[in-house]
Amino acid sequence: MIGTELPRAWYPVSRADLVRYAAASGDFNPIHWSQSAAGNAGLPDVVAHGMLTAGLMTRTVISWTGRPDAVLSSVVRFVKPVAVPDVSGTVIVVDGRVTAIEAGDLATVELVARCDGQQVARMTATVLVPSPPCRRTATPAPSTDH
Amino acid sequence: MALNRRFVGRKYPPTEPYEVGREKIREFAAAVGEDSAACYDVATAVRLGHPDLIAPPTFAIVLSMRADEQVVRDAELGLDYSKVVHREQRFTHHRPVCAGDALTVVVTVRDIRTIAGNELLITTGEITTVAGEPVCTTSTTLVARVSR
Repeated sequence: MIGTELPRAWYPVSRADLVRYAAASGDFNPIHWSQSAAGNAGLPDVVAHGMLTAGLMTRTVISWTGRPDAVLSSVVRFVKPVAVPDVSGTVIVVDGRVTAIEAGDLATVELVARCDGQQVARMTATVLVPSPPCRRTATPAPSTDH
Repeated sequence: MALNRRFVGRKYPPTEPYEVGREKIREFAAAVGEDSAACYDVATAVRLGHPDLIAPPTFAIVLSMRADEQVVRDAELGLDYSKVVHREQRFTHHRPVCAGDALTVVVTVRDIRTIAGNELLITTGEITTVAGEPVCTTSTTLVARVSR
């Protein structure tokens, strides 16, 4: 199990996603939506909220464990701003790998987020690895929802 | 400009209770693209052993960021918020945030120091229910880039 690679995930991020995240999180710092505010702060373009990137990295872990409550802890370090150009947007690519297992079901996962091939954030998460039947329960029952 | 070192060790009173609503959880989950049913569908969350919808783990930032405003917006700290960058974020989840929770945060300023000419501010937050049940312990590192 140690060394297991999580499936690589690609997340397109547009200006609209930043506006949506700003509203949902309450983080209205103008560097995330205003070109001139970003420029005044010395940034090349409007940049994504660090915690949006962290949310996408966490989502990658949750996709692997199958349930959001399996995430026990996380540490994320933001190493480079994620520029989000108007119109084209950008893509955040997340890779993860299991680096330790304790007590049978406590996994340490190391994740890296990249944009245009460059590292933008690194995360270490501690997650419960569910047994296969448990993993199934997190998937919505393929019945009445739709 | 250097940050006011006298803030180090300062512990703030609990924040006003934040009431976690189902629609807020759904809105936040959609904003980070989290598609787990337990964030949208009450029956699924209950089946996983929770009283109501559970928030994505990074929802804790909504609580800690609001609470940190007590520190970063205090003019005596001397922080130019337009120059602030989020450098590191830690969460230790004692249990998921659930719809129906009334949560409060106790913020402590852990450290202020200079690194490579920039000012570093480290705060921690203890997120608990108003009844005192631990929910999440957070640690936030902000960097105030010194203008040249």
